[in-house]
Amino acid sequence: MTGSSDAVPSAALRKVPTGIQGFDEITEGGLPKGRVSLVAGAAGSGKTVLAMSFLVNGAEKFDEPGLFVSFEETSRDLETNFASQGFDLKHLQKQGLLALDHIHVERNEFEETGDYDLEGLFVRLGADIDAIKAKRVVLDTIEVLFSAFTNEVIVRSEIKRLFQWLADKGVTAIVTGESGEKTISRHGLEEYVADFVVVLTHLVNDETATRRLRIVKYRGSAHGTNEFSFLIDRRGISVLPISSLRLHHEASSKRLSTGIARLDEMLGGKGVYRGSSVLVSGTAGTGKTSIAAHFVDAACRRGEKALYFAFEESPAQIARDMASIGLDLDQWLKKGLLRIHAERPQNTGLEMHLVRMNREIEEFAPSVTVVDPITNLTSIGTFSSVRSTLTRMIDAMKSRQITALFTSLTEGGASPEATDVGVSSLMDAWVLLRNLELAGERTRGLYVLKARGMAHSNQIREFVLSSDGVDLLDLYAGTEGFLTGAARSAKEAEDRAEALSLARAIEETEHEVARKRKLMAAELERLKAQYEAEIESLENSVSEQRMRQEALQSSKAAVRAARGDGGARASTRKSSPPRGSRKPKMRP
Amino acid sequence: MSRAADSSATRPKIWHLRLYIAGQTPRSIAALANLKRISEEHLTGRYKIEVVDLLENPQLAKGDQILAVPTLVKDVPPPLRKIIGDLSDTERVLVGLDLRPA
Repeated sequence: MTGSSDAVPSAALRKVPTGIQGFDEITEGGLPKGRVSLVAGAAGSGKTVLAMSFLVNGAEKFDEPGLFVSFEETSRDLETNFASQGFDLKHLQKQGLLALDHIHVERNEFEETGDYDLEGLFVRLGADIDAIKAKRVVLDTIEVLFSAFTNEVIVRSEIKRLFQWLADKGVTAIVTGESGEKTISRHGLEEYVADFVVVLTHLVNDETATRRLRIVKYRGSAHGTNEFSFLIDRRGISVLPISSLRLHHEASSKRLSTGIARLDEMLGGKGVYRGSSVLVSGTAGTGKTSIAAHFVDAACRRGEKALYFAFEESPAQIARDMASIGLDLDQWLKKGLLRIHAERPQNTGLEMHLVRMNREIEEFAPSVTVVDPITNLTSIGTFSSVRSTLTRMIDAMKSRQITALFTSLTEGGASPEATDVGVSSLMDAWVLLRNLELAGERTRGLYVLKARGMAHSNQIREFVLSSDGVDLLDLYAGTEGFLTGAARSAKEAEDRAEALSLARAIEETEHEVARKRKLMAAELERLKAQYEAEIESLENSVSEQRMRQEALQSSKAAVRAARGDGGARASTRKSSPPRGSRKPKMRP
Repeated sequence: MSRAADSSATRPKIWHLRLYIAGQTPRSIAALANLKRISEEHLTGRYKIEVVDLLENPQLAKGDQILAVPTLVKDVPPPLRKIIGDLSDTERVLVGLDLRPA
């Protein structure tokens, strides 16, 4: 329906980049070329800034002159207001890249008699456009026309005609409009006529202001339908997500060192993948910042740039603290390889903060980034908003092949695995630090909970901070569990002593065994000899008794033969047992 | 009507009437005809009509903040008045020109 049909064949819709950070990503290229876009929102939602950014970027980045037609603010007001956004409108006007035109319209200032149209406006716009050969046009805010003229039928048809006319002019235009209660724009007209509609909102949640935008319509083009956060600050407007919404980033197979040799060893021997995200979590004082510092130090040693977001400490404090474990971060700061961006996110709100972080990343273009700690982000946003913004953050870094290390503070009581689980799924590697308390001493334990795409160690290592930096030691593994620190040393000494005495004991026992064996053999010999002697003597007595028995029998036979049987019967009665056994029966 | 005409007649002055049009459209021709008729009737000999065609002088649209055409602008005598449309409603034109109380 819109013009410049000669310029655009049936091919895909052509788009004009706005140059607004993030906006061109979610619109997949910008605004529809040669067509009219509507930016709707309540007062103060950022419509004018968005529109002006479109023009200023067009002038500065794409060499396309722009016309800003304001129905509300005077040109001088615009110049003053945007100077605070860092836009030098005066300069651009001098260069002929920007024109401001303030069309003053008062409510019902006209007496209306009969039929009219708004050709005067068209003529004026036409003259303005031609004067600087404008390619981009903004009309802010168009519905002033509705209050200026009482005949709404005429105004409606003229606005429709205006959109068509702008398209015929071949300019890419933004009109802004107040949002209505039931319709996108107050009069429910512009959203039908425009080819592109974006709605801006400004909400205050928990004392934190959040700006969001949503693309409601993009005729002929795919677009994200979500709400996106955006930010207006001294450097203009920027929109989250910072980068692509899809998992498009390449997965690098290059590895880089964490700066701690033993940790690299635990991570499949080579450290983390470039462009991956690493979570280091632990309770207070477990050494998260020290690991982070090694990580940036290693990067700087390789000559790469590192960006450190510190949410709790100042750059000077970090540098000083790390000097105490032998890391000279000052040298990298001086060489410009390291930048520490210290800020409390509570001061700005989550969205704003993430946008700022992204700007820093874009400006500094680091190879590695540390966010220390992400827990402070959770304190300023809801869990889901932190998670989603963090996802975008990680995506943004991945798409730039930035290796990111995030630290996370876990609460003392809670299980560290549970508290971080929300964000840990976003991470490629997860290193857990925990305090180990034993024998009146507190030491630090480190283990790798997960590491995507690599064979990682499942061992717990003792994590030691000294003036030479971080080192990881094998844990003492014994029957009494894992021991660390002094307890480990003591136990080891004890073990050595015990081993020594044991060896001696074994030797003694073995000696005893040999002795016993000899003793046993000797005893057996002696017993054998003794018993054999006894048996022999018993056998001798048996044969003696037999001889006596024979002698006795032969003498008895001789006596019987001499006097008959009587004497033999009396002797057998005396020795019969039945008499003796009957006695105990009668007793009870 | 005569009272309004009398009161303005006490201070003889010329009415400056500027009619903005955009090309010779039927509407602008009608507006000019209506303006001439009303002026003759109510401001006999005390008016001056200037016709500005914005298609010929687009830059002039800025001076009087002209959006709608036709627009009739009266700045002398003050106050400034703008009347838009083809001026077919004579009563409203007279009210707009302060020639008749609203």
